Amino acid sequence: MMKRIKVLVAKPGLDGHDRGAKVVSMALRDAGMEVIYTGLRQSPAEVVKAALQEDVDVIGLSILSGAHMKICERILSLMKDAGISDKPVFVGGIIPEDDAQELKKAGIFQVFGPGTPLKDIVSSIKEIYEAQRTV
Amino acid sequence: MKLKGLYSSQLDVSKALTEIENDRTKADRIINSMPEREYFVIGVTGSPGSGKSTLTDYLASLSAENSRTAVVAIDPSSPFTGGAFLGDRIRMKRSTRDERVFVRSMASRGNVGGLSPSIYDTVEFLGRSGFDNIFVETVGAGQSETDIENLADLVILVLAPGLGDDVQTMKAGIMEIGDVFVVNKMDIAGASQLAARVKAILEMSGKSIPVLLTNSISGAGIEELHTVIGDSLVDLQKTGKIEEMRNRRTLYHKLNSVYQIIKEDFAESVKLEGLLRYLLEKSGRLSN
Repeated sequence: MMKRIKVLVAKPGLDGHDRGAKVVSMALRDAGMEVIYTGLRQSPAEVVKAALQEDVDVIGLSILSGAHMKICERILSLMKDAGISDKPVFVGGIIPEDDAQELKKAGIFQVFGPGTPLKDIVSSIKEIYEAQRTV
Repeated sequence: MKLKGLYSSQLDVSKALTEIENDRTKADRIINSMPEREYFVIGVTGSPGSGKSTLTDYLASLSAENSRTAVVAIDPSSPFTGGAFLGDRIRMKRSTRDERVFVRSMASRGNVGGLSPSIYDTVEFLGRSGFDNIFVETVGAGQSETDIENLADLVILVLAPGLGDDVQTMKAGIMEIGDVFVVNKMDIAGASQLAARVKAILEMSGKSIPVLLTNSISGAGIEELHTVIGDSLVDLQKTGKIEEMRNRRTLYHKLNSVYQIIKEDFAESVKLEGLLRYLLEKSGRLSN
């Protein structure tokens, strides 16, 4: 059976705006990926547990609450504890440019702001997946 | 959370499951390297939106009180792109927050019977890894997705009111496979009437199968269902019928392996669709 790119799309934190997460999930599905959507209001621990149990290739976080710095820090740290810090993490949402730079320094692979074309997200995920496989 | 056996942590289990799902040869090697072990497979099937995931979630967390419990939840792959949207975790708030329950989502990857190509390997691996109760939730089943019957020791068929009259409950296929029938969403009008109709139909075919009413959100009827499942599993052991089920699972595991080889290797090498088109043309049906 052919391996497919498996992506976790998660909504950590308390904002209830899941349109973006759903639109991205559908785009990834239509690009032939297997997408696991966690649903709303997940704690960082739940997100990491899902990534661990599902053994996904990529983690996508959708955050529109403004709490992205704290949430990402917590998730990255829990991922380290769980032994899965090798999985690339993407963040989508309303993220100020300065924060986006900080997040990338902290270990977030890519930050997608509003208006990012879906095909860019798809190709970005495919690229990192291929790059990791050839290591 | 530590699991006994060769694969001692959730991360190891998880990584092995990925290998098993994607590579038949590795799957054989991994499984054969582990000692055989007894475990139960509880299948949960029913139409899309009947409440399978929420119910499975509830049952799995009850099961985890005294047994090591895993959930495998299958959702459909797109026949067009091969992609999948796996949304069962959304409904599994109890299990996904419970350290004791291992939840894994799988895409059906072109299988049509309600399961996924590697489900037998997956279940056998989980059993040998130390899980006692393995819940398998099928894709939302229509009328003829009955493969779970060959995999599970016990099948729970989940129905919900509002999906048709009593003629629907008389049709062949899925209505023939449940060992326990559940009418979920018992708070919705028509639930008790549906339960009565199902009971009547089952009596007509001379089967004594429990029919229970549940509400998987409020939890009404779930404890009772949990007890019925536990009793049924004990009965299977007492009567020795569990051996039959396990032998059947082993047989279907082998048959499935052969089937997957034919589907992937053979179909690819001869371009099955091309062959079918050729035969259609020969038979003159394409031109008509």
